[in-house]
Amino acid sequence: MNTSMFPLLLAEHKGSFWFAEAGSTFAEETDFLFMAILWISTFFFVVVVGAMVVFAIKYRRRPGYQGDSTALHNNALEITWTVIPTLIVCWIFARGVQGYMDMVTPPSETIDINVTARKWSWSFQYPNGAESNELHLPVNKPVRLLMRSDDVLHCFFVPAFRTKADVVPGRVTTLWFQPILEGEFPLYCAEYCGDDHSIMRAKVVVHNQKSYEDELVKLNKAPDAPVAHGQQLYLRRGCKGCHSIEDGKVLIGPSFAGSWGKDVKDSISGATVKFDEQYVQESIENPQAKMRAEFAKAAQMPSYKGRFKPKEMAAITAFLKALEDGKITPEEESALPPPETPAPTGDGAAKTN
Amino acid sequence: MSGSATVQAQNASDNYLFNTKGFLSWALTLDHKRIGMMYLVGVMGAFLLGGILALILRAELADPENWFLTNKQYNQVFTLHGAVMVFLFIIPSVPAALGNFLVPVMLGAKDVAFPRLNLGSFYLWVIGAIFFLVALLSTGLDTGWTFYTPYSTQTSGPVVAATLGVFILGFSSIFTGLNFIVTINTMRPPGMTWFRMPLFLWATYSTSIIQVLATPVLGITVLLLAAERVIGIGIFDPKFNGDPVTFQHFFWFYSHPAVYIMILPGMGIISELMSVHSHKGIFGYRFIAYSSVAIALFGFLVWGHHMFTSGMANVTVIVFSALTFSVSIPSAIKVFNWLATMYKGTVQLNTPMCYALNFIFLFTIGGLTGLWLGTLSTDRPLHDTYFVVAHFHYVMMGGTMVAFLGGVFHWWPKMTGKMFNDFWGNISCLVVFIGFNMTFLPQFVMGSRGMPRRYATYDPQFTVFHEWSTYGAFTLGLGLFIALGVLIHSLLRGKQAPDNPWGGATLEWQCSSPPPYYNFHTAPEVNDPYNYKPLTYRGEKGWEYVRPKPSTVPQQPDQVQV
Amino acid sequence: MSHDHAADHGHDHPSFLAHHFDDPEQQFDAGKLGIWIFLVTEVLFFSGMFCAYALYRSRNPEVFTFASTFLNTKLGAFNTGVLLFSSLTMAWGVRCAQLRQRGGLVLCLALTLICASIFLGVKAVEYTHKWDMGLLPAHFYLSQYAQTIEHHDWAPFKELVGQAHMTWLTKLCILPGLITIGFAAWLFSTLKSKERRKIEVAGSMLLTALAFFGGIGIGRVFQAAEEAAAAHSTDHGDKHAATDADHKHDAASADHATAASADKTMLVSTDSQTKIGAPSIEQIDQKGGAGLFFSIYYCMTGVHAVHILGGMVVLTWLLVRASKDVFHEQYFGPVDYVGLYWHLVDLIWIYLFPLLYLIR
Repeated sequence: MNTSMFPLLLAEHKGSFWFAEAGSTFAEETDFLFMAILWISTFFFVVVVGAMVVFAIKYRRRPGYQGDSTALHNNALEITWTVIPTLIVCWIFARGVQGYMDMVTPPSETIDINVTARKWSWSFQYPNGAESNELHLPVNKPVRLLMRSDDVLHCFFVPAFRTKADVVPGRVTTLWFQPILEGEFPLYCAEYCGDDHSIMRAKVVVHNQKSYEDELVKLNKAPDAPVAHGQQLYLRRGCKGCHSIEDGKVLIGPSFAGSWGKDVKDSISGATVKFDEQYVQESIENPQAKMRAEFAKAAQMPSYKGRFKPKEMAAITAFLKALEDGKITPEEESALPPPETPAPTGDGAAKTN
Repeated sequence: MSGSATVQAQNASDNYLFNTKGFLSWALTLDHKRIGMMYLVGVMGAFLLGGILALILRAELADPENWFLTNKQYNQVFTLHGAVMVFLFIIPSVPAALGNFLVPVMLGAKDVAFPRLNLGSFYLWVIGAIFFLVALLSTGLDTGWTFYTPYSTQTSGPVVAATLGVFILGFSSIFTGLNFIVTINTMRPPGMTWFRMPLFLWATYSTSIIQVLATPVLGITVLLLAAERVIGIGIFDPKFNGDPVTFQHFFWFYSHPAVYIMILPGMGIISELMSVHSHKGIFGYRFIAYSSVAIALFGFLVWGHHMFTSGMANVTVIVFSALTFSVSIPSAIKVFNWLATMYKGTVQLNTPMCYALNFIFLFTIGGLTGLWLGTLSTDRPLHDTYFVVAHFHYVMMGGTMVAFLGGVFHWWPKMTGKMFNDFWGNISCLVVFIGFNMTFLPQFVMGSRGMPRRYATYDPQFTVFHEWSTYGAFTLGLGLFIALGVLIHSLLRGKQAPDNPWGGATLEWQCSSPPPYYNFHTAPEVNDPYNYKPLTYRGEKGWEYVRPKPSTVPQQPDQVQV
Repeated sequence: MSHDHAADHGHDHPSFLAHHFDDPEQQFDAGKLGIWIFLVTEVLFFSGMFCAYALYRSRNPEVFTFASTFLNTKLGAFNTGVLLFSSLTMAWGVRCAQLRQRGGLVLCLALTLICASIFLGVKAVEYTHKWDMGLLPAHFYLSQYAQTIEHHDWAPFKELVGQAHMTWLTKLCILPGLITIGFAAWLFSTLKSKERRKIEVAGSMLLTALAFFGGIGIGRVFQAAEEAAAAHSTDHGDKHAATDADHKHDAASADHATAASADKTMLVSTDSQTKIGAPSIEQIDQKGGAGLFFSIYYCMTGVHAVHILGGMVVLTWLLVRASKDVFHEQYFGPVDYVGLYWHLVDLIWIYLFPLLYLIR
């Protein structure tokens, strides 16, 4: 298709008239079959509509013309127009199966990336432990996605890669493809998943090998700013599964929003303690030590003793402190620690190690 | 026996519309024709509501960002649009409204087999509709009309009320289908053999089989969903070791055959329209009749093609794809036979025929685009994009809705006794044609470029298509309003319709317009429904049936080998 | 009705023949085909649940083996017998209608109703016993071997019955009790009027209502026998001991430590191929395990019970008409149709009983 004929239709669009950019090895086959069906369909469409128009004009009721009302039939014709379409769809079917089997049969050596879909964001975990919300891939390497959902159905769809697969809660679904084009491509959730389904969009960035490796190293590095670092730990080390950072939203444990500095009444001793550095440290290392009554019943948090370095403990504390007012401002997030004074709980954390 | 059909035409007071008066004479009527008319008013109301919702959606989508709806509101509106159109309009449109009016008259019977059940299913429809609408309008359902789990088990919307509404509507549909099957099986008058039945009856019969066999499965599916929400059975909830994909299998086991509940009666209408307005016996009667039954049966085996990306086993996926292609062939046979019917006929391009030709144009596109979606490799990128949206609107709306309108115009003189303005009828058909293609052709392109469905906001690269689609939708809306205006005008100012304005040979044209309460004062004489030889045109009086001498009556449907 | 049919169709159209039919035979055939098609839809309606049963059973066979031991086979077998007997009386009733034996028909219909009522009474005992034990659908299921700190308030009925301190069975008896009182009062008033046909109907209805309590009594007897048998068993590890409340808590405290620490999400993975070896009792005995069995159990038997109730409504309608002597050789269709429906409901139970109670 000559794309220059449709300047308006191609605004901000990099692909051809019918397709997004051909970003993976699947594109060649599916685009070919798409166009083949298009031409077959166009042929039949022209035959059908052409005959319709010709008959409607040629046999229209008009003075001096009298058609014959006798019903006609012709078995040879019936068989012809049954058999020919049947043969054609058989070919289309076979070609489709062939392409499909390629799409569901990954090669033996793939880069495996874990995908978690949740309302309404994606997160990707790379082989080196890095995690991101945009998908970074190397060009010309087969990639296999192992996809899980935290809540409802989602669907991983990159038009440029010509493939998609549902992400089903309770299952691990896989999807493989091999990018062949460097660049950025849109990623959509294609299965309706609630309020913000339409903003569950992300970016796929296909790099050359070197830039991909650099990106992964960069992603794996802890941020310098303690609050941002704490947030990263919160997201990656399993806190977020039970503790929300929205005000008043209780998942399993208490929400972190606005907790800092508040009084906590222990359900067993009845003593009141302040939510401070000491309390945070104790609650991470020995979660059942002091608990509010409403959470004591179903307390199931495991001990995280020894799983955080002092610097990380400080970052978590900074993060919780920043949440004192229920939200984190960009300034808080990027604030670097004062060069000489160590972070508040740095000492406390150091003592236990 | 009376000499000619027009003798059966009685004075104006003996027609079903005016033989009794008062609200209760309608609300408690057992007359299938009145029930059909009440359905007609009901489904048109539902269509108006669904159409307005569609325009709201299209208006919102003219801009890539939230313009006047939030994401949540958008989701509620598209849910409402889909649910109203599917459950309240398309499924009952042709079978319940036109079918109720036509089945007994075309068959030559006095009524359907179970008139009380018939009235009961109408009230089930009303209750279901009220239930459904109150549920949807109160707090807003946002699950999509498909109620996919686990979203539907988690969302705060009135899912239970909506599923009960669907349940009740389902039973309305089951009872209608049951009534038609029994009517066609046991109430045929002498001479009405299976192969003398008009093709509309074949289509209705096939539809009824699907209604009876598929709808109960939807019933139990929505019941299990309601149970999930009320007593927490957990069988669709992965948290309790349940499986959300099972719900999809259950749901589509009904909802794919439901697609044929929607399209088959439309095809039946087109079979009638093509033959009558070409004044030509139908080409390949048996092929069209059998293809209806074939579609009904194959339709039960293809539900999995809605789930190609949901992670079914590869073998399952391939089998479903093969079966999907097999269902495309009977539809193609029908289209070819309709075209061949026009060949050497006398084509009258009046409003019903224009809608019929419009149907063939749009349905051919709808059917052919199904090839991409049935093909496994091309379905991967197209699944759940606007390509699918465009495809099923071409089939459901370009097919069923246009056929429904064609049928309404075709039988309007019979139902109301009034003629409509043919010129404005044709204009409405033209505007619908232009608006429809303008709305949905761009959606194919943006779909194949990757625009996912059910998106309230979208990437700017798709804006131009959405804009055209929105302009088209409003044009389409205009066309439908013109059609409505033509019908209302005919009620108020229309000329008295002759008994047989189009020259139809099926039995409904043998009784007066509108028909008397008992349809036929004497048992009608049953002949080949597509033999137009005994009909003579009498100008203003329409067509007159001149009974041929017995020796010239052909014993078999007279078909000539070409 | 707004149309005077008799005026139009006075000639040789008997009163029992609807105006749009030509003869009684056509009317009967239409009805018969109609009811058969309806039965087909009923079968398909249940087939959804049978599919669900097959699916979850094939995925978790051990869960079904474990959970079905909580069902009381004797009660199920008794109920099967009751339904089979009611099918006999129903079929007999059809014969009576064909032979125009008014009295026999009324008796048969009354017996069928009474059987249905006994069935529901026994079912009530079964259900309430399970609710008391916490054998509930997946979301509310209480592990039988773990110490339970959750309260037994089952959400669906909480608002309905309030917080009154009654057993589930007592709560469930309130409505039938009121109905019984109503029928008794009606019978009393008809006795005064001395209209034999009304007395027949009212008497049958009262007996039907009382039969519900009869069913409860029988159910309790069976239940007590089962519990006594379980009490004699000294083996605490025996799963049957779990049906006894005391034993349940013994077992519960012993298994507490393991059960409490069992990862509740272990069964959540639906990929059955990843399961290595058979899951332990603790893994089965939880919401996502045995709870699912009870979900399916309540759905199948519950929908079946609703069909029994629906059958009772139409049987009552038939009883009223039969007492007025409207059925005869030419017009017995309604009895025949309801009979077919009743046999189908019976047949479905014939499948439910082995699938849920017997296969282990």
